Amino acid sequence: MAESIVIIGAGQAGIQAVESLRKEGFTGAITMVGDEAYPPYQRPPLSKAYLLGSFERPRLFLKADAYYAEAGCELILNTSAKAIHRAERGVELSNGRTLAYDKLLLTTGARVRKLKCPGAELAGVHYLKTIADVDGLQAVFQSGKRIAIVGGGYIGLEVAAVGAKRGLDVTVFEAMDRLMARAVSPALSDFYAREHQKAGVKLKLNTGVEAFEGNGKVERVIAGGQAYEADIVLVGIGVIPCQELAEAAGLICTDGIMVDQNARTGDPHIWSAGDCTRHTGREGHEIRLECVQNAIDQAKHAALSMMDKHKTYSEVPWFWSDQYDLKLQIAGLARPSDRLVLRGDPAARKFAAFHLRDGAVAAVEAVNAAPEYMIGKKLVADGKKIAAETLADLSIPMKQMA
Amino acid sequence: MPPAKYKVTYIEDSGKAHTVEVAEGWSLMEGAVKHLIPGIDADCGGACACATCQVYVAPEWQAKLPPKSDMEETMLDFAPDVKPASRLSCQLRMGAELDGIVLHLPKTQHA
Repeated sequence: MAESIVIIGAGQAGIQAVESLRKEGFTGAITMVGDEAYPPYQRPPLSKAYLLGSFERPRLFLKADAYYAEAGCELILNTSAKAIHRAERGVELSNGRTLAYDKLLLTTGARVRKLKCPGAELAGVHYLKTIADVDGLQAVFQSGKRIAIVGGGYIGLEVAAVGAKRGLDVTVFEAMDRLMARAVSPALSDFYAREHQKAGVKLKLNTGVEAFEGNGKVERVIAGGQAYEADIVLVGIGVIPCQELAEAAGLICTDGIMVDQNARTGDPHIWSAGDCTRHTGREGHEIRLECVQNAIDQAKHAALSMMDKHKTYSEVPWFWSDQYDLKLQIAGLARPSDRLVLRGDPAARKFAAFHLRDGAVAAVEAVNAAPEYMIGKKLVADGKKIAAETLADLSIPMKQMA
Repeated sequence: MPPAKYKVTYIEDSGKAHTVEVAEGWSLMEGAVKHLIPGIDADCGGACACATCQVYVAPEWQAKLPPKSDMEETMLDFAPDVKPASRLSCQLRMGAELDGIVLHLPKTQHA
């Protein structure tokens, strides 16, 4: 009899697994369970074009509705998984149903980290992770409104850019001394700080938020000992992996569901992929990646592994962020100890920062510089040695370096 | 008012043709995904970050398309089986001038 596969989590990783399993010739039953009201959709546009209003909801969905029937995938929405019964190989759902599986894939993703400070529960304090979150924010996201953004990371800054464009009065509070400190090098942080200031965004660095105050709804933010009036608050301070289901089932979780390079957990019948996982990356360190690339690539590897076609996951991680007319594209994982090589002039709003480690490119951060990003990504993958002077020399086309 | 829709024909590498309607403003990649056309992977969802939505544009339609951006040009350098007729369908927006366009799909989107 054909095997059955159950996928818990209907996001980018889950749908990629469905697609890859069918592509690889899996003929058994596939059931995918999601706790949101929507079939798998793209999250990146949520804080960008979707919030801006230039990208309608139907365009967010990763597959057409008809896809699921055609692919033989039963999609169960508005439903969460309550428990995994590993011995019986069954997943108990919130709707009372128990799904039997031969193989189980956990693509439970991540949830927003909540701010724990006085007033954090006040109305008007928003987070951004789901369509429902953006729809809620959208309703109050109007020209002239004062928005306080807590967290100067990708989400906070993308919302700041959209807010500035839409005529909101935007203030960003960041506890660290620079923007996107977890994601980009200081040169990029400084560049983006200037761009946001040019657009009228007020930046409060080294300023942790202490409390929200207001009568029934948020009216001011207390940060760095000062009070700032605000109509809306958007908190973007990172995500935490949804690992409780795996943890309760006795699978090893350490800030992420631990998987090997084939996306396998310690249970031979259970795999996991995407934001919820932690794995040993291509550089030999344990990492938890929160990005589309990891969702796609790890889910592909999970699908292969579930079909006994094991292939080691070693793709170069990549990320992107759109703020104003600036496209930031990053490949590889930089370290503070890397040697930084700048190519192009940030003042031209088109440049790249290469991170050299042991003479090879370990990471590239490119702003409006597609060739630098694409070739840079290849250089990271190949690990080929390259001179800093060559990378910095604009008279040498990137193509010649591949 | 719902947006206007125009016809697109996607032809798989096997020769199988699919003629569908794509809404104005949508990308030709989105049109393919919406209609379950096999052969367009579109891993990144249209951010011009992955080069897995390559199409070959029939000669009579090439001149009607906007020129390739720097980004598209470079991305295409990394796609498999690139030809002069290659474009990334996520960068092509549907409009009246493209009504009836014919796109051929490569054998694979992954090198």
